[in-house]
Amino acid sequence: MSRILRSLAALAVAGVLLPTAARAAGEAVPPLRESWPHHGIFGTYDRAALQRGFQVYKEVCSACHGTKYLAFRNLQALGYSEEEVKAIAAEYTVMDGPNDQGEMFERPARPSDRKPSPYPNEQAARAANNGAYPPDLSLIVKARAGGENYIYSLLIGYEEPPAGVTVPDGMYYNKYFPGHFIVMPPILQPDGVTYADGTKATVAQMARDVTQFLAWLAEPKLEERKRTGIKVMLFLIVLTGLLYAYKRRIWADVH
Amino acid sequence: MADATGTVQQGEGGKRRDFLELVTWSTVAVGTAAMVWPLIHQMNPSADVLALASTEVDLSKIPEGSAIKVMWRGKPVFVRHRTAEEIAAAEAVPLAELRDPEPDSARVKKPEWLIMVGVCTHLGCIPLGTAAGEPKGEYGGWFCPCHGSHYDTSGRIRKGPAPTNLPVPPYTFLSDTLVRIG
Amino acid sequence: MASDVEPLVLKSPTLRWIEHRLPIIGFGYRHLVAYQTPRNLNYWWNFGSLAGICLMLQIVTGVVLAMHYTPHVAHAFDSVEHIMRDVNWGWLLRYAHANGASMFFLVVYIHIFRGLYYGSYKAPRELLWMLGVVILFLMMATAFMGYVLPWGQMSFWAATVITNLFSAIPLVGESIVTWLWGGFSVDNPTLQRFFSLHYLLPFVIVGVVFLHLVALHTHGSNNPVGIDLTKKDKIPFHPYYTVKDMFGLAVFLLVFAGFVFFAPNVLGHPDNYIPANPLVTPPHIVPEWYFLPFYAILRAITFDIFWIIPAKLGGVIAMFAAVGVLFFLPWLDTSKVRSARYRPIYRIFFWLLVVDCFILGYVGAHPPEGFLVTLGLIATIWYFAHFLIILPILGKLERPLPVPESLSTPVLGRGMAPAPAE
Repeated sequence: MSRILRSLAALAVAGVLLPTAARAAGEAVPPLRESWPHHGIFGTYDRAALQRGFQVYKEVCSACHGTKYLAFRNLQALGYSEEEVKAIAAEYTVMDGPNDQGEMFERPARPSDRKPSPYPNEQAARAANNGAYPPDLSLIVKARAGGENYIYSLLIGYEEPPAGVTVPDGMYYNKYFPGHFIVMPPILQPDGVTYADGTKATVAQMARDVTQFLAWLAEPKLEERKRTGIKVMLFLIVLTGLLYAYKRRIWADVH
Repeated sequence: MADATGTVQQGEGGKRRDFLELVTWSTVAVGTAAMVWPLIHQMNPSADVLALASTEVDLSKIPEGSAIKVMWRGKPVFVRHRTAEEIAAAEAVPLAELRDPEPDSARVKKPEWLIMVGVCTHLGCIPLGTAAGEPKGEYGGWFCPCHGSHYDTSGRIRKGPAPTNLPVPPYTFLSDTLVRIG
Repeated sequence: MASDVEPLVLKSPTLRWIEHRLPIIGFGYRHLVAYQTPRNLNYWWNFGSLAGICLMLQIVTGVVLAMHYTPHVAHAFDSVEHIMRDVNWGWLLRYAHANGASMFFLVVYIHIFRGLYYGSYKAPRELLWMLGVVILFLMMATAFMGYVLPWGQMSFWAATVITNLFSAIPLVGESIVTWLWGGFSVDNPTLQRFFSLHYLLPFVIVGVVFLHLVALHTHGSNNPVGIDLTKKDKIPFHPYYTVKDMFGLAVFLLVFAGFVFFAPNVLGHPDNYIPANPLVTPPHIVPEWYFLPFYAILRAITFDIFWIIPAKLGGVIAMFAAVGVLFFLPWLDTSKVRSARYRPIYRIFFWLLVVDCFILGYVGAHPPEGFLVTLGLIATIWYFAHFLIILPILGKLERPLPVPESLSTPVLGRGMAPAPAE
């Protein structure tokens, strides 16, 4: 079996060492290392945190950031009922058409619609944001090295610049942002939202909640994936054991 | 070492099928089947397609005696504002004359509105008769140009190869002038 | 070779009727059942059949993904997210396909190093080995084009950088790149042709794999002892190696499933979840892990060679030569002894080559700065020296250990004889 162990070691080296090495880059301060309920083999999303995070996103972030892959129907995964999802959708208007007169028209959104973006296109977004493009947040947790930890750190990472550093006009100092100068203002302020469940809306709380919401948005099938994975692994362990025993039996007369 | 010296096993002649062998191969079979399922199920309608499974129609724009086509699940749905004569004609037909016996009252929620999936039950063509000027067939309803099926003013098959009436989709009246199909 | 196999006797008249007209049952019997295989193959020999299974898995998941993917710059990224979010089991299919590529390379690299260690490329298996190198080239092309399809930032910039390699070719380089692109930058025509070729090449690989197997079955597998075996040291493929391969497959699937279900993105790069943007290059672009050693070799040549070959061309030549040199390996290794078991010095150089490849991988993963530039150059020189200098000389100078005549005649003083499979 020592050869198997050695080959497994080779797998581990090739699989783990190289990609982590490939990721270590960037000039910014390494993000905080938080623990997240949806991490780990058995981790699942915290529904209450997701709903709070959605509220933060809706009331604060969504003024500038779109989430083009978020359909209202997806919100049922956060624990909202079908009726609640309909009500949330109806708060937005979407463009539909053309109608029989050949004109586009606006109508209240339905659960099957995707959440409309705050800007019609990237140019409009840049024009409204000092030339910077507020990225779409649908995949942001998967699209940044450090994932949740980076997003969370960035949201709470605003501080006074060190002595001697002049922050350009219209920018802010953030110690976790590569280059440190960021156009996004420190938008999360204490009690910036009022949580329905009575949770105190500190900056750190809102940052944690919205990060978890964004993690869900980037990987909505995470729970299904891990659930399936556990079943598959258990099955494969049994199968491997059976095949090993069977193999030993077949080979008994050769050895 | 019998096998190593060249005696070849053939089928069941060599080794007895025993419990370990049976369990192992059964497990392999179960695993293979489980792996195949996602490959099959991926071809079923995806979540976004299922979510679009309803569509709303504004009835106020359809004058009496005319009809429109709307898309529902990628198929045309005929919405016909029937005249009193058309309703009477549909209700007067004795069930015994029908290939697929169904009273008109079972096919409409409000007699003046006939809502049906507009796909010929023969081989899937779209029958004519919705737009003004199109042939409506011998029974004043619809006529399928592909293989000559005639439907009446209740969308029931009267003549030609189609086996059943045009199907009625699930729909609800949200108000007097707004209906949701699906 | 068919002569050393027991003839197939079919009892069923129906099967006999078919076999008489289409001898496919006998073919399968000869090559998958009765096929005579060395009885001393160790678990490193599992990786050949595993590679075949990886190829099949990639084709099956790929065909299915192509049912949902849209090869258009405006829709490609969206269609991948559609697969991830809305298609039934789409997330599984995509993660299996993306991680399957990594698994395929992992398996094939182990398979190659197995061949290097046990001298499986030596006569009469030179063409078998060379067909394997062709498969590796095709795999690299396929994997590269597949990586472009999601049309993320890494896709786009990988496509830009790799196609630009061809601009190093003197005189016609620029024309070739324009031809590859179908325009003046990587854009929709490029994406569409990459999709077409990404779908095609795996089937070309299947064809070359078939030739690889024809060559394999002509002289049979090499074995850890590296000697030609007589019939009494061989056993039929079925049930011995079918069940052993199945067991190996189950272990492999455990590793594979571990990645797919619990770490599906560790082998990927976060930037590829950002849609392609031709105006912004990510600050640090790296290829997938399986290309890192070659990427390091590409970057190692930062100087003009002999004042004739400019550095850019030199890097490209070196990178392709890193795989190309394997074609000549059967003649570069001058030793008569196949297995490293009986070549104590070669064994050391073999492990040095393994370490060298890991160093190249590490260098390839990091920005070319400071010490890493020198390290990359040294590792590149070592890589080529191993094949072009060390192996030819070593074969002449090294005194191999005594090699046994057969598996049942142990060599004095060393317990090398019948190697148990575990």
